[in-house]
Amino acid sequence: MTATVENNTPKAVETARSAGRFLFIAAVVLICAWVLVPIYLLMVNTLSSPQEVTGFPKTGIPSFDFSSIQFFISFAGVAKALWNSVLVAVLTMILSIGIGAPAGYALSRFDFPGKEAFRMLVVMTRAFPLPLLALPLAVLFIRSGLDDTAIGLAIVHTVLAIPFAVLITFSLFSGIPLELEEAAWTLGCNRWQAFQKVVLPLVLPGIAASAVFAFTISWNEVFAAAVLTIENRTLPAFLVQNLNVSPLHLKFAGGAAMVIPALIFIFAVRKYLFAMWGIANR
Amino acid sequence: MTPKALPYLLLLPATVFLLVFFVYPFIQIALLAVTGPEGFTLQHVQTMASHWKFNTALGWTILLAAVVVPIQLVMALSMASIVTRLQTGRSAILYIFSIPLGLSDLAAGIVWLAIFEQSGFLNSMLYGLGVVEQPILFLGYQNIWVIFLAVVLAEIWRATAIVMVILVSGMGLIPKEYYEAGEVFGASAWQRFIKITLPMLRPSLQSALILRTLAAFEVFAVVTALGGTTLPVLMGETFQWQFTLQDRNVASAYALVILAISIAATLFFLRVLRVPKGATL
Amino acid sequence: MAEIVIKNVAKSFGSFQALHSIDLTISDQEFMVLLGASGCGKTTLLRIVAGLETPSQGEVWIGGRRVDKLPPRERGIAMVFQNYAVFPHLTVFENIAFGLRMKKLPQQEIDRRVNRTAELMHIEQLLKRYSGQLSGGQRQRVAVARALAMEPDVILMDEPLSNLDALLRLEMRAELKGVLDESKTTTIYVTHDQVEAMSLADRISVMNGGKIVQAASPVEVYRNPAARFVGSFIGNPPMNFLPAKRASNGQWQVAGLEMPGPVAGDALEFAIRPEDLTVSPDGFAATVRVVEPLGAHTLVTAEVGGKPFRAVLDSDLPVSPGDELRLSPKPDRVRWFDPETTRAV
Repeated sequence: MTATVENNTPKAVETARSAGRFLFIAAVVLICAWVLVPIYLLMVNTLSSPQEVTGFPKTGIPSFDFSSIQFFISFAGVAKALWNSVLVAVLTMILSIGIGAPAGYALSRFDFPGKEAFRMLVVMTRAFPLPLLALPLAVLFIRSGLDDTAIGLAIVHTVLAIPFAVLITFSLFSGIPLELEEAAWTLGCNRWQAFQKVVLPLVLPGIAASAVFAFTISWNEVFAAAVLTIENRTLPAFLVQNLNVSPLHLKFAGGAAMVIPALIFIFAVRKYLFAMWGIANR
Repeated sequence: MTPKALPYLLLLPATVFLLVFFVYPFIQIALLAVTGPEGFTLQHVQTMASHWKFNTALGWTILLAAVVVPIQLVMALSMASIVTRLQTGRSAILYIFSIPLGLSDLAAGIVWLAIFEQSGFLNSMLYGLGVVEQPILFLGYQNIWVIFLAVVLAEIWRATAIVMVILVSGMGLIPKEYYEAGEVFGASAWQRFIKITLPMLRPSLQSALILRTLAAFEVFAVVTALGGTTLPVLMGETFQWQFTLQDRNVASAYALVILAISIAATLFFLRVLRVPKGATL
Repeated sequence: MAEIVIKNVAKSFGSFQALHSIDLTISDQEFMVLLGASGCGKTTLLRIVAGLETPSQGEVWIGGRRVDKLPPRERGIAMVFQNYAVFPHLTVFENIAFGLRMKKLPQQEIDRRVNRTAELMHIEQLLKRYSGQLSGGQRQRVAVARALAMEPDVILMDEPLSNLDALLRLEMRAELKGVLDESKTTTIYVTHDQVEAMSLADRISVMNGGKIVQAASPVEVYRNPAARFVGSFIGNPPMNFLPAKRASNGQWQVAGLEMPGPVAGDALEFAIRPEDLTVSPDGFAATVRVVEPLGAHTLVTAEVGGKPFRAVLDSDLPVSPGDELRLSPKPDRVRWFDPETTRAV
């Protein structure tokens, strides 16, 4: 009797465990499918001819016909919109890191009166619907000649990206022990040399990741881009303006043009995503 | 240069930038919304409030956030728990889970358009299964609830990743010893989740919920991509007044409404999920 | 030639006074250890000498030059940090060469100095490695080599051994002593480990509450503590203290015994080190509470006059808890402290 019990219990536990294991794997597969299948379907449409895109029913298998893509690329305004998107995103990247990183460094290395006030200012930006900034800035930009320019839009996107740039660089710099800098000072460096020779090489990958993050924020932003540009539309602004007049295959190719770089960006910064948010929460 | 001045010097560009391009414009918005040629006026606010689309836009926006955010929270918690328990392939699966993080709402709208449009994949599947004989026009104005559902799905699909990432980082900060202590004292996996993970995750939950709820109030391009103007939302109306109707003042009034509900939501989450002093990690 | 003179240096962080008016002279080639519990200000004092912290008041002189307004790089110092601070993005060679390159020395000289110091610290086979590939002890060696390669006037060490495990610490301690003796460089060494301090120092400055309580040779600090704190901080186990009252005959009454003592006031504190006690019939009446055999000796914690009282006894002596013992102090080892000022009398 006792022997059977002893034999049965581990078996029951094992069954329960393998059932749990199965459920766990099923959940992982299901969520992966939930994320990936819609992207796959968009790619199917992008890699099909315009006729197939409007055709019915669909097979769900791409025909690898590039005429939709060709149509998209040669469509009036698309090339320019793509170029504008890249230009604005690069400017945003430079501005937000150039302005945000020094602030992040100051927050991580110094204690000074007013530090909390600055932190509040940065945190506050996250509690405001930032794309709305485009409305009053449109007026300001017209007055200062920044309307419909890449730099004007990049400024608004920088407001969006700066809180992230500050908090991410803050956590990056906080991860470099102050002792390393102090060691460099005692070894003959002034502040700038120590930063350049010791801190910079160590944070560079992280800075690059947060720069890519800023790029992505700008690359994806729709509302402010649509409000602030007329001639020099970025890709999302261009697409959203033409949504109700453009044919389906143009939308899908445009969607793919936005998604593919994003996939690459996330891949590039994947290691840093969590480190960034871990500290940024505090 | 004295060392005392250095931190201020480093903060100067960011401070000036935020004052000029963040604080000042928001003051401008408030002014635009309540001033006319003769000074203070509530006329723009009245124009906005009396327009037939205002109440529906406000209603749909809040309903959308109320439906999307809780579902995202539950999904993100499950995903984060799964990720923290993974032993093999953790980084690959984490990458897949966080892909939507990099996608814009416009792209998400277009992705789901491929599924929901009349000749799209949902109709193709239903047709293939013999459920329907004719493709259905899901995204027409007669089917406003289907549009709403499509928007909900697209939003959940796109923006759950950011919540998950925040929660995974937050879970990473909880020392393992707490779970081991919980196990020693006989707490089951579910009890450990309820009694240890959730309370210690409060700061992360707070930032994730604030971030997501505000973003949900700003929903715009997904809705436009899937339903045009059939499903009115606040941000879409703001855009309409700014562009199609060329009335900055009413657009600013709309902006103030979004701002108001955003601040209300922020304060709500700050209060509900506050961490008592000294109870932090 | 680098004598360090610290004149009236004080430091406060906000309302917290970390250092109270410190005066200390460290002569050329001297090995000075700053010893104290954490928070006593020893590291702050070291960092002020290094230039990593600015004093709220006072002056610091190195080699006849006033340096307290100069940045660290202009003070002729080198420093070894508690966490080693070996640059992770550079090889061991480049770490040691870092300061030399900043000085713009010719490559030949850099090679010579790196190789010489690496040999000295027995890390010549590690020169191509990165810090991530080194053990804690090896990193420590790199940090010391990097400081020595600078051929500085002064070497400052901030608890350099505290992150090593016990055995390695012992080994590195002996090695450091040899290397630093050889280099004839003035050294300030911060530690909270009294054994480290004893074994390395020419002179120990015992610090407490932002003040230097005593600065003297290790034996002097141990044998003749200038204040009650020094006696209670140095020595393991520390000194025993008992209250003493002046008797009518001029003798001092301590826990039932009468003994001669200094002529000062009505009340004093009697102090004796645990190893300066012997078992003899005319000693203090002690009730044994805890017995800890340590091999060579047995540590006995007893109660004398209602106060805990420790004695280090020969391990052959049979003792067990509850026993009554008579412990008598070696007369020449008895010390007296003023209970008001806590200074030695």
